[in-house]
Amino acid sequence: MSVISKPNLALTIGKYLALACYLAFALFPLYWLFKISVTPEKLIYTDGIALWPSEYTFDNFKSVILLTDFLVYFKNSIIVSFGTAAITTIIAAAAGYAFSRFNFRGKKVIIGIMLITQMFPLLIIIAPIYKIIAGLGLLNTLTSLIVVYTAFNVPFATFLMQSFFDGIPKDLEEAAMIDGCSRFQAVRKVVFPLTLPGLAATLGFVFTAAWSELLFAIMLINSNDTMTFPVGLLTFVSKFSVDWGQMMAAGVFALIPSCLFFIFIQRYLVQGLTSGAVKG
Amino acid sequence: MSVDKLTISASDLGRRRTTGKIKQIAEPYLYLSPSIILICLVIFTPLVIGISYAFQSMHLFNPGDVEWIGFEHFEKIYSDRKFFIALKNTFWWTFGSVLLQFSLGLGLALLLKQGFHGRKVFQALIFLPWAVPTFLSALIWAWLFNPVIGPLPHWFVSLGMLDEPYNILADPDFALFGPIIANVWFGISFFAITLLASLQSIPDEMYEAAAIDGASKWQIFSKITLPFLAPMIVITVMLRTVWIANFADLIYVMTGGGAANSTQILSTYIFTTAFKKLDFGYASAVSVVLLVLLLLFATLLLKMRQKFVRVN
Amino acid sequence: MARIELKNISKSYGNIEVMRDINLDFADGEFIVLVGPSGCGKSTLLRMIAGLETISGGDLFIEEVRVNDVEPRDRDVAMVFQSYALYPHMDVARNMGFSLEIRGEKAEIIKGRTAKSAKTLGLGALLERLPKALSGGQRQRVAMGRAIARDPKVFLFDEPLSNLDASLRAEMRLEIAKLHKRLAASMIYVTHDQVEALTLADRIVVLNEGEIQQVGKPLELYEQPRNLFVANFIGSPQMNIMKAEFTDNRLVLENGERLEVDVSLALNEVAHFGIRPEHISIVGVNEGHAIGEADVVERLGSDSNIYVNVENIGQILVRYHGDISLEVGDKFGLKFNLDRSHLFDLNGMAIR
Ligand SMILES: Nc1ncnc2c1ncn2[C@@H]1O[C@H](COP(=O)(O)OP(=O)(O)O)[C@@H](O)[C@H]1O
Ligand SMILES: [Mg+2]
Repeated sequence: MSVISKPNLALTIGKYLALACYLAFALFPLYWLFKISVTPEKLIYTDGIALWPSEYTFDNFKSVILLTDFLVYFKNSIIVSFGTAAITTIIAAAAGYAFSRFNFRGKKVIIGIMLITQMFPLLIIIAPIYKIIAGLGLLNTLTSLIVVYTAFNVPFATFLMQSFFDGIPKDLEEAAMIDGCSRFQAVRKVVFPLTLPGLAATLGFVFTAAWSELLFAIMLINSNDTMTFPVGLLTFVSKFSVDWGQMMAAGVFALIPSCLFFIFIQRYLVQGLTSGAVKG
Repeated sequence: MSVDKLTISASDLGRRRTTGKIKQIAEPYLYLSPSIILICLVIFTPLVIGISYAFQSMHLFNPGDVEWIGFEHFEKIYSDRKFFIALKNTFWWTFGSVLLQFSLGLGLALLLKQGFHGRKVFQALIFLPWAVPTFLSALIWAWLFNPVIGPLPHWFVSLGMLDEPYNILADPDFALFGPIIANVWFGISFFAITLLASLQSIPDEMYEAAAIDGASKWQIFSKITLPFLAPMIVITVMLRTVWIANFADLIYVMTGGGAANSTQILSTYIFTTAFKKLDFGYASAVSVVLLVLLLLFATLLLKMRQKFVRVN
Repeated sequence: MARIELKNISKSYGNIEVMRDINLDFADGEFIVLVGPSGCGKSTLLRMIAGLETISGGDLFIEEVRVNDVEPRDRDVAMVFQSYALYPHMDVARNMGFSLEIRGEKAEIIKGRTAKSAKTLGLGALLERLPKALSGGQRQRVAMGRAIARDPKVFLFDEPLSNLDASLRAEMRLEIAKLHKRLAASMIYVTHDQVEALTLADRIVVLNEGEIQQVGKPLELYEQPRNLFVANFIGSPQMNIMKAEFTDNRLVLENGERLEVDVSLALNEVAHFGIRPEHISIVGVNEGHAIGEADVVERLGSDSNIYVNVENIGQILVRYHGDISLEVGDKFGLKFNLDRSHLFDLNGMAIR
């Protein structure tokens, strides 16, 4: 707003106070996770409510890496999440492009179908999916997870991609087609470079979703070799007597990729959803 | 332009003409086909099978023992006291979570819309909870509410909200607040991101015009900002409401529906029925009821939006 | 350079027909302007020629080849969009050379051609800038440069100047005219601005509600509008139109004045009498065809527009060349130059 107004001291203080509250609310739980992960096991309960333990140690991190199958889970999660993110983004980009650029019969029906996929309790389809995947002999494979995750993430990713495409003027493609491009070339040379932020945002969005997913992972995977990280984390609870410090250390590790990714893409997410973001 | 170039292009055209029309009509379907095929195979086929379970008596571990029982499950739901407790809790859980997520998300979006020092870093950090795996969020919050290993109960006592530090997750009167707070923590980002994006699409000229017309800050907010955001608000609220009503993970990990069923919502009830009692038929029937309720809600909201948009 | 022929072209969106019976024949190297009010279908027609819209009915020929189903890229046309449609992620040079790049030309050839067209348009210093770092006028030039660099059969322009301010618009108009002279290329130019149409065109096509109203040279349209729509649309300020009746072999205006116009009409048929503001002169109170009272006087320096209230007829606009010492409320006579008047029948068609 370029309207001139006198800075109001109380308002400014209030604003920064509010910002501080938001930040504290957002970060304190993460801080607590970190605190527990560096607390030596013997102090977990005695220093339970202290803001910082009287002693700290990085042993938990060491033992997570050296003594558990955490690295396997981590690798599996990376494969599943990247695979899901990449495939979903490609499929959703194609669908979002169709929604953004074409008017065709059945468009509303297809949008309706995609909306319905967001509406029902997942449990209703878990047993059937289990049976189908088992029937195909795909239990305990990462492929089965990637396929299921992709299907569930495609609808929202499609709406995301559509709004990114909507922000790119149709004129640009038409100009490219007149300049000698086929539609595919026009998309590749003109639309694609302008959608990169959108693609990055969708990629990151789906990655975080796949990285966290637990329900299907529990159902479809029970071999240690193909467990993803959330399932693996659950084994910390059930297998041994719970080692909270180790578990939290594993949690900190697990946060790193999705948080890094999210920090990187959140800007594009906002930017891309802002209509008319791309202007010549 | 030479003659033979003309003839070449003329014969070229004949070939193109036949494919041209068909290609043009088929094009959007071609782009949509991967997603439609995938959704039909992976979501709708199992969904139909799953819905059919609602009309069968079936337990996962004796698969031979399946029979069609018509609406028996639904009759049972009608007299199931736990179902109605869960329905009531679902309402409060969803309503409380959405209301708080939305209002705090809107506040955050409005703050982020104004510039301030370090905004970029702040924005990156403030959205972080969204990236935390749900399961982990639930565990962290369960810890925070535990008086032995978490500070929250002690803070509540200092603030005079509790008489002594105990775990509110175990108190039937307050237990639902635990998961709701965790859910709010996790979900503010979603609203803040979508609302911030719509806020940024409001052209500055509109604010300037309103300011020149002598509108106060509050008038600008209520007469320009809110109406402009309304369509987006309806869509995000609808998506979130539906999603939160179905969202069992947080509660399941934090309380397991416990403190005397006070945190049992329909989706956790479905879970318990399926995995603890192994009664998949009944679980499916409850799911179908939940799905129908959510569909009704969504239709209602979209109808309202249509009306609203037309009035504008 | 190319001859373009449109035969019975029509266009529908769903059940709504927005264009019908379009028959046109453009000669090689001609500068054609499509003009008409907003929403009349100018852009649609241009986009059908470009291949961006499907043609619902009829045939389109470019150089005797039917191109209805030919992809835009194979039509060898260049287009300047109203929004310019510059590629935001490419610098000016690459924007201009893009079509050559797509056609796989060698880098040196692309460079030479872009440099040449950049020079023509005075863009030499801007070649490495991105579109967002250009002013509106510069963007417009780049959009033109992009078309020129291609050396296409046909240039298409869709209201290319409408986003510019008045002085830039006049400047670019002149430049487009020069460009056409130098390239001698076929150009089809869409505008709703009749000044652009009259100054640029070899021939003008006037469109309204998806139908062709008249095709002709600029002065032809001005002097012999085929119907009321064209009469109103071409010429600024607008032609004065008055109701008239034909009785006793005379044309009678509503103030009772009998005009000596040489036509034969059916008895008692109501018609319209049209006279342009510049073809009315101010005379003594009882010397003209009507008596009026000045209502508003606009002094433009070179001309004056005088809005005159005439009893029983209404307001008539008179254009006076130069300045005139008239005050609001002054009474005087109006004399119509009947040789340059226009008559229209009940259906709005011109009678002579
Ligand atoms: N995609 C479309 N769907 C339906 N009607 C359209 C579409 N595009 C244009 N029209 C209609 O076609 C008519 C001509 O539009 P257009 O060619 O853009 O007019 P203009 O002369 O202002 O360039 C208008 O009445 C417009 O409403
Ligand atoms: Mg137009």
